[in-house]
Formats: sequence, C-alpha cells, structure tokens
Amino acid sequence: MNPKIYKLPFFENLLNLTVLALLALLCLFPILHILALSFSSATAASSGKVAILPVEFTAQSYQFVLENVAFAKSFLISLQRVLVGVPVNMLLTILVAYPLSRSQAEFRARGFFAWFFVITILFSGGLIPWYMVIRQTGLIDKFWALILPGALPVFNVILLANSFRTIPKELEEAAAMDGAGHWTILFRILLPMSLPVLATLTLFVAVSHWNQWFDGLILMNSPDKYPLQSYLQTVVVNPDPRMLTERDLGLLKVISNRTTRAAQIFIAMIPILLIYPFLQRYFTTGIKLGSVKG
Amino acid sequence: MVLSKRFAREIPLYIMLAPAVVLVLIYSYAPMVGIVMAFQRVLPGKGIFGSPWVGIENFIFVAKMPTILQVVWNTIRIAGLKAIFGVVVPVSVALMLNNVTSHLFKRTVQTIIYLPHFLSWIIMAGILVDILSPSEGIVNQMLGAVGIQPIFFLGDDKIFPWTMVFTDVWKSFGFGTIIYLAALTDIDPTLYEAAVVDGATRWQQTLHITLPGISGTIIMLSTLSLGNILNAGFDQIFNLYSPLVYSTGDIIDTLVFRTGIINNQYGIATAVGLLKSVVSLLLIGTAYKLAAMWADYRLF
Repeated sequence: MNPKIYKLPFFENLLNLTVLALLALLCLFPILHILALSFSSATAASSGKVAILPVEFTAQSYQFVLENVAFAKSFLISLQRVLVGVPVNMLLTILVAYPLSRSQAEFRARGFFAWFFVITILFSGGLIPWYMVIRQTGLIDKFWALILPGALPVFNVILLANSFRTIPKELEEAAAMDGAGHWTILFRILLPMSLPVLATLTLFVAVSHWNQWFDGLILMNSPDKYPLQSYLQTVVVNPDPRMLTERDLGLLKVISNRTTRAAQIFIAMIPILLIYPFLQRYFTTGIKLGSVKG
Repeated sequence: MVLSKRFAREIPLYIMLAPAVVLVLIYSYAPMVGIVMAFQRVLPGKGIFGSPWVGIENFIFVAKMPTILQVVWNTIRIAGLKAIFGVVVPVSVALMLNNVTSHLFKRTVQTIIYLPHFLSWIIMAGILVDILSPSEGIVNQMLGAVGIQPIFFLGDDKIFPWTMVFTDVWKSFGFGTIIYLAALTDIDPTLYEAAVVDGATRWQQTLHITLPGISGTIIMLSTLSLGNILNAGFDQIFNLYSPLVYSTGDIIDTLVFRTGIINNQYGIATAVGLLKSVVSLLLIGTAYKLAAMWADYRLF
C-alpha cells in the first residue's frame, strides 16, 4: 500500500517472492495432483508416473463414478440439503437478529434472549445427549435431521445483529413515524441495506452445509441416505469393501481404485470451486463484520 | 394500560423469535438435560427415564481408564501446537505479502492459499491419504528421489501429531493470513513516512510499527484459541487416524465417539463429554475476559 517506503532490496525481494510462490505451490500442488490422477489410466497411476499432468489421458474413472447410482444419489441429497438448509438458516438468522438488534427500551427481554442463544455457543450437552435427543424426536434416517438440529447458526445471528445496529437509526424512526411496524422496518429498510452482509452469510452457510459429513454419518442408518461428504467418508477415506458390487470389483481392476477415489474427491470439490470467486469477493465483508462492535 | 400497549408493540418481536426458540430448546437445551446420563447406567431401550442411577460410577470408571491421561495430553499437545503455528505462520506470511509491490502477484498468492480453507476435512483427508501413502504417495516418491526412506506420515505414532499440526496449518493459514492483512491495512501510513524521515531501517519499521499495529489482532486471536485447547480437531483426526497411532493421536473427541457411538457406552461417553464441556466453558470464559481486557474484544 505504500510501495515507496516499503520496497525491499533486490535479493531480499527475490527471496520473499520465491518463498511466497512456494507456499502457493504447496497449496495448489496436491489439488492439481489429484485432478491429474483422476484423468490418468490405472497403470500410469499405480506406476507413479503422474505428477500434475494426466498420463495416458482417460475419463474412465469419471464415467465409472457417474454411473455409480449411490454416488449420484448422495450428490443429489447434498444439493437438496443446501437448497433447503440455506433458506432455513438465513430466515431464522434474520428473524432472530432483528429482535436482538433492538435497544433495551424497545425490547425489554432482549438481554434474556441474547443470553438464551449465546449460552448454546458456550456450552453443549455433548455428542451422546445430542444424538439421543435427535433420536427421540424421530429424525433418525430422515432428511430433516440434516436441517433442523443446526437450523440456527448463532454466531451468524450475532454478526447480523451487529451489522443491523450500524444502520442509522433515523431511517427507522422516520419509517416508524409513518406507521411502519417491526416487520416493515425489517423487510423494507434493514434487509435491503444489508445485502452484502446477507450475501456473505448465505455463501458461508452454503459451504458449511455442503461440507458437513458427521451428522449424515451418524444420523442416517442406511448409506443410501448419506449426503455426499458422508458417502465419501465411507468410500474414500474409510473404505468399506462391502459397499462394492461384483460389477464394481471387475471394473476396478481396469480403473484403479486410486483414480476413482481421485475423481470422486474432485467432483465433490467442484461446487466449492464454482462459488469460490464469490466467496473471495465477499470475504473482506465477512472480516469487517467480525470486527464490528455494537 | 401503558404497559400493555408497550407489550403490544413487542409482540411481533416474540413472533419472530418463536420458531428459533423452539428449535434451540429442543436441539440445544434438551441435550443439556440429557447430561444426567453421565450419572446413570444407560440401558438400551430404557432411555433417560428408565435407566438406574449410579452416582459418580461413570466418572470413577473414566478416571481408571488406562489411556485417559494420555488422551488428555494428546489433545492439549496437538491443539497447543496448532494454536502456536496457527498464529506464527499467518503473521509471517501476511508480513511477507505486505512487502510485495506487484498487485497481481499478491492477489494470486492470496487466492491460492485461501482455497483449502473451504474444502471439507473429508476432501482433505482423501487427498492426504493418497499423497502421503508410503507405497505410492507422491510425497514419499519425491523424498525417495533424493534418497530418503519412505516416511509413514499417518502410521507412525511419533510423526502423526506433527502431520496433524502441519496439515492443519496448511489448510488454515491462508484464512489467517487474510485476517492479518486486513489488520495491516489499518495501520496509519504516516507512521512509516515519519519512520523513514527518522532514518529507521525496514526491520526497525517492522518491529516498531507493523508488529505493534497488528498486535491487537494477534492477542485477540491467540487468546480466543485458548478456549479451544480441548478441541484438537475431531474432523481432521477422525478421518486420518488409525489404531496404529492411538498412543499419540487419540484425542478426547475421538475417544468419546468410540466409547459412545461404536461401543454404546452412553453413560461413560456422556461423562467424558461433560468433563470436557465444563473445562471448555471455564477456558472460554477466561479467554473472553482476557480478550476483553487486552484487546478490547466484545462479542456483542
């Protein structure tokens, strides 16, 4: 930001740039390697010839993965989870952030409810009681088990409530003078003025829904109800041979296990890569949010 | 009459809160009630209401577990190392990036190092298991090319904790770097100008202007990580560990998982979970107090 003052001597500058380039390479290399593996032939992969470019290019692994019904099914469940989960998260975040952003005079129980929600960040019942409650409410093996238990992201509520409070009070007061109620103030004034914040939070909850794996793994008894990340956990990370059919075993000899694993990993990464430019754009908003104080 | 009018104006606020309150009561507060299982011998099919009370029997059982001290130590060691490197590396990279004059280079590096933050530990574990494999992984192939014997990054209990620390830093340092870079841009440029007039070298500028300028952020983030000292990273370790490395890699959360979900010892797993929650609460409380004192940090 101040190049004149901060310019490094030539060799130090070169060293600085080299180290940074190496660090970037360290992050990029594994991903390129996996991509290259996924497009390489089984023999090339197992003989260790693949670095960052495919060897003996073939899309067989992708064909195998995409023909795999279980994989496609779990991909769709993940998609459905994002499409249902994000609106639920955002709606509840907005509906809770608004009352908590009011002054004590406007909403006398504000302090009580603020604590009511914040306590859940600080203390939890732990894994087993959480599991038992979800079982008691009949959600085991149900799609809604992936949505309802984490429906309110309390940390996002805090961020949104803080950002509501930075909006000039005069706007609301003028609207209230014209007879606007709480709903009008929230939906007609605060929300339109908070679009960057809402976009940031939306992207972040979408990523977290896509990446969740643990709840699917333990709340779904049958693997055909797994979202994609839980499915990958059992197939790629912690392989269970019982999940393979006869046909699969035959095919796997042709397209080594390793290249199909790579293809599955890469497919699971694609949605994140697609929205990555937006994530980047809104990230600074996200940081500024975190440092805003009420 | 006045009061009820005031309440009437508050009614919409209660309506807005209602659905979230119900969900939080069920899925956050009800499990807290479920903690009573820590004092029961939970029988299958009997649940919380039908199982017999056993006092602190579960806690005594936990205290007598031969591995419990090791597991607690593993947790603190891995989490502590992650916390240290999780500050040092991003701060260093942010300072280095700050010295870069080419906007394009800076932006490219930022874009690349930030990506792993958004990939799940499932994807990361899938990648790591492949590239770190002693037989066919590319890392060991490259080491082999310079004459180094294959290293069992995930199977050797002496190396495993360091693999966890290194790969965690690998995944998250880009995120941290961007936070520190944001803090760097808030430093008043006239300070540097004045320093140059006074003949300060670049190192002196870093030491006396840049570091103090971001010390608030450094203190805040390190203090807050104190609250996480019992969270060594379940998502990462669960997907990368194996019985081979339990001696150094088993942490409280993985122990709870195996005891509770795999072995169905609900009472004992809940007892361990409860101990962890209580200690964590104390640590988080202390961390927020310290952060408020030292860095003027407020959650609300």
